[in-house]
Amino acid sequence: MENSTKINKKIFRRAEKEQRRQRIMGIIFLAIAAFIWFVLARTTVPGSETLFVMTPGGSSVISPNFKFNTLLVINIFAVLSLGCGIYQYFKGFGKYTNLVLVLVGIMLTISFLAWGARNASINVGGMLRIMLMRSIPIVLGALSGILSERAGVVNIAIEGMMITGALVGAVVGSLYGLWAGAIAATLAGGLISIIHGILSIKYKVDQIISGTIINIFTIGFTSYIVTKILQEREWQYLNESGIFMPTGIPLLSKIPYIGPIFFNHNPYVYAMYILVFVLTIALFFTKWGLHLRAVGEHPKAADTLGINVFRIRYVAVVLGGLLAGFAGSYFSLGSAGYFNQDMTAGRGFIGLAAMIFGNWTPVGALGAGFLFGFAEALAQNLKLLGIPIPSDIMLMVPYILTIVVLAGVVGRSRGPAAAGTPYDKESL
Amino acid sequence: MEEKVDSGKKNFFKIFYEEISKSSFTIIILAIFTGLILGGIIACATTKEIYDAFGESFSTGIIESLKFIWKTYSSLFRGSFGNPKEMVDSLFSGDSALIRKAFKPFLESLVVTTPYLITGVAIALGFQAGVLNMGGEGQLFMGSIMAGWAGWTFKGLPPIIHVPLALLIGVLAGALWGFIPGWLKAKTGSHEVITTIMMNYISFSLSQYLITGPFQDPNESFKTRFIEESAHLFRFFEDPLRLHIGFIIAIAVAVIAWYVLYKTTWGFEFRNVGLNPDASKYAGINASLVTILAMTFSGAIAGLSGAVEMLGVNFRAVQSLTTGYGWDAIAIALLAKNHPLVVIITAMLFGFMRQGSRIMQINTGIPIDIISILQAFILFFIAAPAIIRTIYRLKNPKETEPEVEISVSGEKL
Repeated sequence: MENSTKINKKIFRRAEKEQRRQRIMGIIFLAIAAFIWFVLARTTVPGSETLFVMTPGGSSVISPNFKFNTLLVINIFAVLSLGCGIYQYFKGFGKYTNLVLVLVGIMLTISFLAWGARNASINVGGMLRIMLMRSIPIVLGALSGILSERAGVVNIAIEGMMITGALVGAVVGSLYGLWAGAIAATLAGGLISIIHGILSIKYKVDQIISGTIINIFTIGFTSYIVTKILQEREWQYLNESGIFMPTGIPLLSKIPYIGPIFFNHNPYVYAMYILVFVLTIALFFTKWGLHLRAVGEHPKAADTLGINVFRIRYVAVVLGGLLAGFAGSYFSLGSAGYFNQDMTAGRGFIGLAAMIFGNWTPVGALGAGFLFGFAEALAQNLKLLGIPIPSDIMLMVPYILTIVVLAGVVGRSRGPAAAGTPYDKESL
Repeated sequence: MEEKVDSGKKNFFKIFYEEISKSSFTIIILAIFTGLILGGIIACATTKEIYDAFGESFSTGIIESLKFIWKTYSSLFRGSFGNPKEMVDSLFSGDSALIRKAFKPFLESLVVTTPYLITGVAIALGFQAGVLNMGGEGQLFMGSIMAGWAGWTFKGLPPIIHVPLALLIGVLAGALWGFIPGWLKAKTGSHEVITTIMMNYISFSLSQYLITGPFQDPNESFKTRFIEESAHLFRFFEDPLRLHIGFIIAIAVAVIAWYVLYKTTWGFEFRNVGLNPDASKYAGINASLVTILAMTFSGAIAGLSGAVEMLGVNFRAVQSLTTGYGWDAIAIALLAKNHPLVVIITAMLFGFMRQGSRIMQINTGIPIDIISILQAFILFFIAAPAIIRTIYRLKNPKETEPEVEISVSGEKL
């Protein structure tokens, strides 16, 4: 009897929370509408026009540009956001809430860009291309995090695995060619993840501590190698790997708008698409994925059913490490053409943020990666547009958004239940 | 206040002795020893002369390697402590210039130790209450830049007011940076490891903006103005020696943290929540309040560390990505098993190694970064003592308690 009232109370409290979240979301939509209307529309002179250039620089496929009346578009988006806000506040979009949030966000972004480029032009195609390139290491890092956390092992050493991958990729790439570099970097990430696995699975060291140790080691070690060897003139040839050249995918790269932005890149982009697809299938539509997720949620139950918890965790951590190493090689082989110590600049941690943002799913991580990448692309463009927001402030947005999402104010993000806990066969 | 500090100092040796007599002390010594050996191997493996020696014959190779390792570590020692013979000679000669020169490495090491010590105490305090503060770096950044702001904005104040004011503003900035993740953890359950790391990056971007924007020196870009003379921390010696009162502040912080944690009810509640949050709830401790307070205090102390560094050494903020103190402080706290008084020793270990490594780099060409590698090795063996026990065939302790007593068990990241 008492138990059932307890459960009732719980359900009631959850419903209350749900409604509060719905209201908050509605208020956010309304705030966005108000911002578009009062800040952007009011400061736009009627009759001004915006030109969105849709062809990224250097592309051979020409996409027609968009030219439109700035005020008209901003007003339409303000009204639409207002409508979404009112509906969300009183009735709620239910399970489509996050989708609507994305749509309102896109409307806000377009209004902002249109306002920034009133009576001027902005290369939106180029921005989207930059967004995609910036998102690669973030998405790959997030996928690495998803693999190991879904199996119950928190990995904050992705940053360290990435920087190792970047160094190994640059050195092996200089000696034996780009593909060898990419493979070696991947293996290096895997090798380091074995250490993480042994510490956190076998010796049951706290996973955060194990990750910290690996980060300290890898950041120190790569820096050591650079100062001791790569900066010496006689060894400089070890750090001149060059980069993968963009190759368009036949047919797909010829589609206007989409082709030049999404399908005319170096192999890392295509690898990212494939990995997102493969991981989604593997995690959610195979028996192996079911086992892996079971180990992350409730290892004891999984063990009772005869699943080898330790083996699954090792496999997940090492696969995650391979991915992180590959992601690291993007910095040297996909972007810069050489290695330097600050090149990862915390992308591994942003990858973790993208993982949380995407609610521990590969597709969600891809979306989050695009969002974070767009923030970086926008930060680059603010000065060109003459918008009086410092680019450093713009760069903060992804981090603030991650904290907001993690706090559960907007949407809800919940990780695997057993992530962070070492599994002990004997314990109850 | 005076009494508290005094009684703390009396007990210091007792506690240190207890730490020594525990069996895990052997593990720590062996971990450091093994770490030094592995570091030596890496140093040899990346040095060309060693390969040449091995090319001659195997035995010359071994001898040369041992010589090289000796040279590396002895110059590390001399760089951090100074040359013992020079120190004694200068004392006998009575020439103050000579004395200053001989003791400079040692005193400089204390200067380098200061931020490690304060930040280490900050992180250890958080760990004791069960919060994993990965945001020491960001809190330190905020403390530093805001203390600097107070340092150049207020003019004409006497030092006795200006210095505490600037320190306080730095502390408050750090406290705010710690309070936000603590409050979020207590109210919404979002894991502090991720939120503090995010706060780090927010503070990097923010300070980047401040240094290149509102706080920028009109005459020099990418640097802030200098702080006023009246905000400088007191220095004990003349100019080339930088030892400032910050080191005393650091020791005081460690002692106060120890006193609060181990001698007061508050501290008892802190440690209880850290050991077992569920049980402490039944004992009537407000666990979420403790979480918020622990993060806030941890952030405040880390902020103090940044403020001391600003007012005592740097005098201005320069555009930079990271200082690494935040991560190293985690290592320092873990090595000290989160005991504030032991942090004094482990922080000195890190600070002295860091200072000595500069001389080592000049003498042997081994980059400073070898220190990070050594630290990682030492931590690795301390975190997994089973490995050390296997290598040295030590017996297992009777109770199989984990050596590093922090865990985030049962929490989601």
